[in-house]
Amino acid sequence: MHVLVCGGTGCQASASAQIIKNFEDILAAKGLQDEVQVVRTGCFGFCEKGPIVKIMPDNTFYTQVKPEDVEKIVNEHIIKGRKVTDLLYMDPENKEHVADSKHMGFYRKQLRIALRNCGFINPENIDECISRGGYEALGKVLSEMTPQQVVDEITKSGLRGRGGAGFPTGVKWGLCAKNKCDEMYVICNADEGDPGAFMDRSIMEGDPHSIVEAMAICGYAIGATHGLVYIRAEYPLAIHRLQVAIAQAREYGLLGKDILGSGFDFDIELRYGAGAFVCGEETALIHSMEGKRGEPTLKPPFPAVSGYMAKPSNVNNVETFANVPIIITKGADWFASIGSEKSKGTKVFALAGQINNVGLIEVPMGTTLRDIIYEIGGGIKGGRKFKAVQTGGPSGGCLTEKHLDTPIDYESLAAAGSMMGSGGMVVMDDTSCMVAIAKFYLEFTCEESCGKCSPCRIGNKRMLEILTKITEGRGTMDDLQELRNLAAVIKDTALCGLGQTSPNPVLSTLDNFWDEYVEHVVDKKCRAGVCKKLMRYEIDKEKCIGCGACKKNCPAEAISKTDYIAPGHKLPSMTIDPSKCIKCGACISTCKFSAISVK
Amino acid sequence: MAVIKLSEAKVNFIKDVCKSYGNKPGEVINVLHKVQGEYGYLPAEVQELVAKELGIPVSRVYGIVSFYSFFTMTPKGEYPISVCLGTACYVRGAEKVLDELKRQLGINVGEVTPDGKFSLTCLRCVGACGLAPVIEVGDKVYGRMTPDRVKDVLAEYK
Repeated sequence: MHVLVCGGTGCQASASAQIIKNFEDILAAKGLQDEVQVVRTGCFGFCEKGPIVKIMPDNTFYTQVKPEDVEKIVNEHIIKGRKVTDLLYMDPENKEHVADSKHMGFYRKQLRIALRNCGFINPENIDECISRGGYEALGKVLSEMTPQQVVDEITKSGLRGRGGAGFPTGVKWGLCAKNKCDEMYVICNADEGDPGAFMDRSIMEGDPHSIVEAMAICGYAIGATHGLVYIRAEYPLAIHRLQVAIAQAREYGLLGKDILGSGFDFDIELRYGAGAFVCGEETALIHSMEGKRGEPTLKPPFPAVSGYMAKPSNVNNVETFANVPIIITKGADWFASIGSEKSKGTKVFALAGQINNVGLIEVPMGTTLRDIIYEIGGGIKGGRKFKAVQTGGPSGGCLTEKHLDTPIDYESLAAAGSMMGSGGMVVMDDTSCMVAIAKFYLEFTCEESCGKCSPCRIGNKRMLEILTKITEGRGTMDDLQELRNLAAVIKDTALCGLGQTSPNPVLSTLDNFWDEYVEHVVDKKCRAGVCKKLMRYEIDKEKCIGCGACKKNCPAEAISKTDYIAPGHKLPSMTIDPSKCIKCGACISTCKFSAISVK
Repeated sequence: MAVIKLSEAKVNFIKDVCKSYGNKPGEVINVLHKVQGEYGYLPAEVQELVAKELGIPVSRVYGIVSFYSFFTMTPKGEYPISVCLGTACYVRGAEKVLDELKRQLGINVGEVTPDGKFSLTCLRCVGACGLAPVIEVGDKVYGRMTPDRVKDVLAEYK
């Protein structure tokens, strides 16, 4: 029997380490430590309901487990074989408890390829990985295939770069392989910087061996013997697990000299990022690895010709690599049979924001946004109204109700005015102001712009100033046109991908939420109540009983008594002086009679 | 160049770190990670010493320290607090939590409380979006934060 406990970042923050310890202690006290094995796995994906505990082989999925629940699970489930019903997931529709994750709405429409091992194995144990088919692909490649055959197989599978741009992976490998050189590099881009995205992190934390294996396969295919992983320093757990995986692979002869007796040498080193979003761009990433500022340079030359240390280098994203071993073992035709016409396979998304089931999901390409948000995501939190979904992070755009039936693939999302991006998907309801969201992303871009080219450095700053003006009620209709002009220039002239895509959040909100911009400019109103300078707090004099609780709590002394006594009340009602009000909201939270509202 | 005023132990530690990376200019980022990991920040004197050991201009070291947001030239508090302002946290109200932290600590982002206990920074996504909004105190992650919970979290460290 196995007890699988989620050790992903989210669940660790909710005491999953204590849950593991309690399991170990209680099982030992009952003398069951040899029969029941406790495994700390990677992310199960269902972060909303974490911490997750799964009991195998009967496949029971417990949600929101607390350390004090452990004793009950051991006594009832493990010893007596009875499921602990109140810890099972409850279907929000028919209110029935579900034990098997296959029958949950969250998992039903998912297809896990890149995440195939996440939540099933102890990522720090290479034997568990091998028992699930790990390193089989590397063995097959080294014993049965030529490098060219590997490149052809990946090309045929239709795998495209999962970092966002969607360049065909096999073609990229082929271009690099052509530039034979005594020193070549395989680089894994693990500098996941999109705010709201945690796909790569979960793969590295949950299945680090798949990355090690794929990089070795890539090395064999292009003729490289060095591998480098450029990973964010903000991901200590992922760094640790990769280090463990690399050390174990070396010990097993799966990295190092003469791998599996084939004469092929390959080894991997880690390089740490230091918090610069632009380093996700491949030329900037390479400069950063060389110990320089992470500033992009013009392509060509492409890294395939002149990359790390001016040697031919192949850069792929973590999720792209995670797909490689399974393509080799199951075949390109199998992979190409999944997905849509031009986008093959699956895509992992970090589903977040105002949605019921926040978590990490993987769906076949071509799945619609509606299926993701309503079937897998379980709809909008608190039954509120769906407003927008943002994909592609700071380079993407906000899509609306009318785009819900868009199938997820590279071309369709681009046509709708957003992009695939690395896989962040943030759902927003009517409490989000779209002008403020555009401003939020531009603030991010301005902060992260490396400053090398003026369209990005100055252009985005100007756009941010205009947006700030609008959110503070000083905008004009000319400003909206100016935003479009600036956006067009920046898109055409910025040096790298960061700059060229940075106007997208503004453009897509201008296109899809024009009315909201006009409201901010003309009516000086923010319908979501987010833009503080446009808010007005008012007391309904008919509802106010004159208790004065709000007056006592107002830090700005903006509330005073009026002469008006509403019918049925004994005391005069209160009023707010807008010139003194600092819009802190303290009065609303103290009023027990719902007499205060934001207009 | 200014006179280096670091303690001998510090000087030796930094020299050893540089040496462990072969005093190669290309390793400057790894060296800075190690040194900051030990001392918490990278003041000018430290950068000068690193530059000297690796045989590169101080301007290049400073260029790197100021470029990457992970590196800092100001010391952090005993308990550094980071508020996640990633998109997922942002749409679930992270700004309100940040405002409350600023109010209770009496400091702005990038500052340290006068007693040196807390410092406040913002970061973009720790990858715990399921628990949004999230703050970190040291290495500990606090999820599902609300302005009301700020007081209780701070009380744990007082």
